[in-house]
This record gives sequence, C-alpha cells and structure tokens, in this order.
Amino acid sequence: MGILEVKGVGKRFGGLQALSDVNLSVAEHSVHAIIGPNGAGKSTLLNVFVGKLIPDTGSVMFNGQSVLGRKPHEINQMGISRVFQTPEIFGDLTVMENVMISCFAKRDGAFRLHAFRTVAHEADIVEHAEQVLEDVNMLDKRNMHAASMSRGDKRRLEMAMCLSQDPQLLLLDEPTAGMARADTNNTIALLKEINQKRDITMVIIEHDMHVVFSLADRITVLAQGTPLVEDTPERIKGHPKVKEAYLGESA
Amino acid sequence: MRLLGLSRKDTRFLLIVIFLTMATPILLQPFPEGSGLATFNAGYPDLMQRFAIFGIFAIGFNILFGLTGYLSFGHAAFLGVGSYTVVWMYKLLDYNVVYGLPLAVAVSAVFAVVIGYVSLRRSGIYFSILTLAFAQMSYNLAYSVLTPLTNGETGLQVYGNDPQVLLGATEANSPHFFGWVMNDNFWEPVIGGWKFTFNNGYYFTAIIAIIAFYVSLRIFRSPFGLMLRAIKTNQTRLNYTGINTRPYTLAAFVISGMYAGLAGGLMAAMDPLAGAERMQWTASGEVVLMTILGGAGTLMGPILGAGFIKYFENIFSKINDSVLHGWFGFLPDGLEDFLIGVSHFFVGKSWHLTLGLLFMLVVVFLPGGLVEGGQRIAAMFRKKSGGKDDAAHQPKPAPHVAE
Ligand SMILES: Nc1ncnc2c1ncn2[C@@H]1O[C@H](COP(=O)(O)OP(=O)(O)OP(=O)(O)O)[C@@H](O)[C@H]1O
Ligand SMILES: [Mg+2]
Repeated sequence: MGILEVKGVGKRFGGLQALSDVNLSVAEHSVHAIIGPNGAGKSTLLNVFVGKLIPDTGSVMFNGQSVLGRKPHEINQMGISRVFQTPEIFGDLTVMENVMISCFAKRDGAFRLHAFRTVAHEADIVEHAEQVLEDVNMLDKRNMHAASMSRGDKRRLEMAMCLSQDPQLLLLDEPTAGMARADTNNTIALLKEINQKRDITMVIIEHDMHVVFSLADRITVLAQGTPLVEDTPERIKGHPKVKEAYLGESA
Repeated sequence: MRLLGLSRKDTRFLLIVIFLTMATPILLQPFPEGSGLATFNAGYPDLMQRFAIFGIFAIGFNILFGLTGYLSFGHAAFLGVGSYTVVWMYKLLDYNVVYGLPLAVAVSAVFAVVIGYVSLRRSGIYFSILTLAFAQMSYNLAYSVLTPLTNGETGLQVYGNDPQVLLGATEANSPHFFGWVMNDNFWEPVIGGWKFTFNNGYYFTAIIAIIAFYVSLRIFRSPFGLMLRAIKTNQTRLNYTGINTRPYTLAAFVISGMYAGLAGGLMAAMDPLAGAERMQWTASGEVVLMTILGGAGTLMGPILGAGFIKYFENIFSKINDSVLHGWFGFLPDGLEDFLIGVSHFFVGKSWHLTLGLLFMLVVVFLPGGLVEGGQRIAAMFRKKSGGKDDAAHQPKPAPHVAE
C-alpha cells in the first residue's frame, strides 16, 4: 500500500474529459514524477489531491483515509502541502511573514484566536521560520516584500512555506519553471536532501527532464488524461510508447 | 521603554496617542475666544466626544476592512444596537452607564455573529451588499416594526414613568459613571483670551478610546492579525496552508461589530437618546470614508480619518454668512460678495462638497490615505537632513502596518 492511492479517477470539464481512469500508487518515501505534454491533466490531478476539485469518479486515499470531499485546509492538516504551478504566496507580506504563517498553521491548526499574543515574541515560530529560510538560502531576503521578488524566488519561497510544515506528502507542480540553471540545480539538491533526510514523499510534475531524471524513483507518463505507462526512470527512457508520445518531441 | 507587552516603537506610539487624547481640550482650542478664527476651534465637549466615539467606531471597522479587506456597508446597524441597549438600561435600571455599555458590546456581538455568519459566505461586492441589506433591514425594523422596543420615529428615551429600579434618591438624572456625570465639566479655565473646557464625558470616552486603540494595536501585532492580513493578500494560499479562513473572518467581523456597539453605546452615554437614523446606510458609509481617508489597514489612519470628517462636518457646516462677512468685510463690496458667493459652495450646508473634493484628492494622490501623506512629509524631512542610505539600492522593504 502506498501513502497515496489513486483509483479510477475521472474528471470531465464540459466536453473535455480531462482525466479518465487514473490509477496511481505513490510509495512512501519515494519521489514520484508525473510527466506528460501540455494539457495532459497533470495539474488537474493535483487539484483533485488537494481538494480544489472533486472528481466525477474514483477514489483518492491518503494514509488509508479518503481526501475526497474534504476542504483544502483539512487536507493540508492531514499532511499534504502543495507548490502551485503559478506561485501562490502572500504578496503584500514579507518573506519572513509568509513562512511564519505556514509555521503557525502547522503548530496551531486550522484556527486559533491568538489575538493577544505577539508574533515577534513567538520564539519557536521565529526560529523555525529562520531555519527554513536558511535551508532554501533566502535568509538575506527575510524582510523583502514577497510580491517584489523574481518568479524563481517566489517559487523558492513557496517551497520554503511547504517545507516549514514538514508534510508527509509534498506535491510540486513544476517547481523549477522560471528558474535559472544554477537555481534549478540548487533546487534539485534541496529536494533530494529533503526526500532523503526528512523522509518526505514527493509527487513532482516537471517538464525539465534533467530534474525528473535526477530526482524520480518512479515516473508516470500522463497523456490525454490517462496514464500511459508507469515505471522506473531507466525503463521510461527507453520505452517506445513514451518516446513516441512525449519524449520524442524534446529528445 | 516597553509597556504592556508592546515593542519599544509601539510603546512610543501608544504614548503619543495617550498624550494627544488627553491634551485634546487644549490642542483643539488654538484660537482665542472672539477672534475671527475662533470658528475653527473644536475644543468643545460635544465635538470632542464625537471625535473619540467615531475614533472607536473606525478603529474597530479597520480591524475588519483594513486587515482582511472585507468591506462591510452595514456597520451602522451595530451602532444603533449599542445605543438602544444603553437607553434600555437607563429605563429599566438607572442612569449609571456601567450596566449598559458592557451589555451594548455583548448584544452587538450576538448580532454580529448572525449577520457575519450569513454575509461571510460570500466575498467581494456580494459581501458588501449582504451587509448593506442587513443594515437596512435593521433600520426598517427599528423605524417601524419594532416600535415597542425602539419607540419608532420618535426615538428611544427615558420617561418619568420608566421603572428605573436602581435609581437612588440623590442620583443624577442624566448619564453618569458612578456619579461622574457625563454632562458636567470638571474644569473650565480661562487663560488670557483662551477658554478651555475639561468635560467629564469626554475624558470618560477618551479613556475607553485609548483602551480600544491599545487592543487594536495588540491585534495588529498578533498571530491572529497576521492571519487577517494574509486573508487580504491571498485567501487561496491560506486555505492550502491549512488555515480555515471562515472563523478568522467571522472573528474579525464580530470584533469590529463589538467596537461599533461600544461606540453606539457611548453615543447614548453622552446623550440619552437612541434613534433609528443612527443605523442608516449613510452612517455605515461614513465609517468607510473615515477609514479610507485616514488610511485603511494602518493603526492611526482610522483615528485621523474620523477626526478629519467630524471636524469638517461640525466646523465647516457652522460657517454661515455672518461669519463670512466677518472675514471678508475689509474687502471692497463687489469682491466681498464674490468671495462669499464662491465660499457658499464649500461651507455651511455645502460642507459635503469640500469633503468630497478632499476625499477625491486623497484617494487619487494618496492611496494610502492621510497616513501616507504624513509618511511622505516625514520622508522629505529625513532626506533633507542628509540621510545617507540609498533607497534605490536597498531591497524594497514591505510596507509596515504601523505608522
Ligand atoms: N477548471 C477547469 N475548467 C475547465 N477546463 C479545465 C479546468 N482546469 C483544467 N482544464 C483543462 O483541462 C486540461 C488539462 O489541464 P491541466 O492544467 O491539468 O494540464 P497540465 O497537464 O497541467 O498542462 P501544463 O503542462 O500546461 O501545466 C486542459 O485542457 C485545461 O484547459
Ligand atoms: Mg499544469
């Protein structure tokens, strides 16, 4: 049994069958990559995992519990964090405040009326947030206005926010898109370390094959809403169907 | 120095507010009695009380609108609820405001839970319309349907045959706080040509306003306040970060409703009357103007905005022909008449025009309100005094919610 078990998931948008009969099993502690051409339904699948969409058919079990029908905040509190394809951060707040919010959500749960405490006096939160910013190499940007950063930095910030929650499952939707080569390599190293040292399971969607092959333990190829094949990176590389459907264009 | 769990900067901030509030009767009387400019003096009890009361109203409103971005157009409903509650306590018990005020806060909290619970199911313009609808419903209920409770058009007041079961033989026959009669002045010194009025009611309201400001300062700096600001920037991200935003917005709504109820209660504490017109949508709109004019989401903004609007309402509306003749009398007749004619558009009954123009100027040129204006002036002075740090080469710091 994997930590995430997806069975027979289908989702239709009007006349478009965005997902059909998706089956997927993500093993605990692994990095599972989902690749596929634009519009294949990769982001839609993540939307189903985090409660943004409810599928028409099928089931999604996380640690043996269904996530379908739960609110996004409940699913996060179960241990799933997500980095979005277009960075979702708190633009009007500082980098530090962005990360502290994640830390508070982890420590205090979905709601706590701490109206008479002072953020600056929450030593454990401040310390933890600084540590996480250090891990992603952003401590020097702690007082920056989040909206004024580059796209790559916003993405790193979003990753820091997710990591600060120490999730069991981290969902990454194109985490290196918009990053310079050096930052991409740093991100690969960071994700590798997180996966190995902290035992965080990851599902990663990525177009950059360098990233995919450096990180993934298993790869699912999605095309037109259906998994084409699922296998190890070595076997995927040589798979004729994959070459034809996907890698063929870029390789 | 640090006070009451505040940072050094916030302590200084609080002390400035305390000083300004306590010295208001002096600061607002800059012109000697009988001088041509005495019209601009605002240091009389009725107006000073209004500054403090509307300051409280706007501080509370800012916790909802300034922090979360949810724009309520119905907060006057709580103002009315607070007033009715306090007058009822006068009628049933006695004129001591100690019963009515806490109850006014509690009753408006209950109303706010109900109105907020329904309205917060929507956001943006739909939220605003829902709150507006609720407030108009409350207004109409108070005006006609609930006449036995509100005395309809006439307004609720105390009559000789009311029970007033706690009324003592020697007790004051107007609102008081354990004998501290709101209408009385405890000191009325005349120094040179200047006349100052130190009014019981003003100081009572002012102390409550300082406490209200302190509470809002703590909320701004708290984890709760941080979540409210996060709701304003990106509610979606907050949901996916594991935060249930609904109870946060509801808590902000209820807190701001309680502030409004307190303000309404204090109105009835200064003048033992309550009328339905207090709940009208124009009153709800006024607090929106105050907050935006002063600077939404800033600590001082709502106070400045409330003071500004109440000052204009009371001072500019008072300037009539005889005052204008007094000012322009020395000019040749034709010019005098011309200037008076022009002034008519801006003073007296037309003060709304002046306020409207000022509001437009502020919104267009100072989107951060009067507070932003103050910050720009301060920055100019700092530059002149030769500050060396080169802003262009520093990473842009986030705008601070203080100031
Ligand atoms: N909410 C929605 N309503 C209607 N159609 C949608 C919705 N979300 C996605 N789609 C459609 O579903 C299909 C799959 O979209 P999705 O975003 O999952 O693709 P993707 O695999 O993530 O592509 P990319 O690599 O470009 O990010 C697309 O055709 C898209 O237009
Ligand atoms: Mg996508």
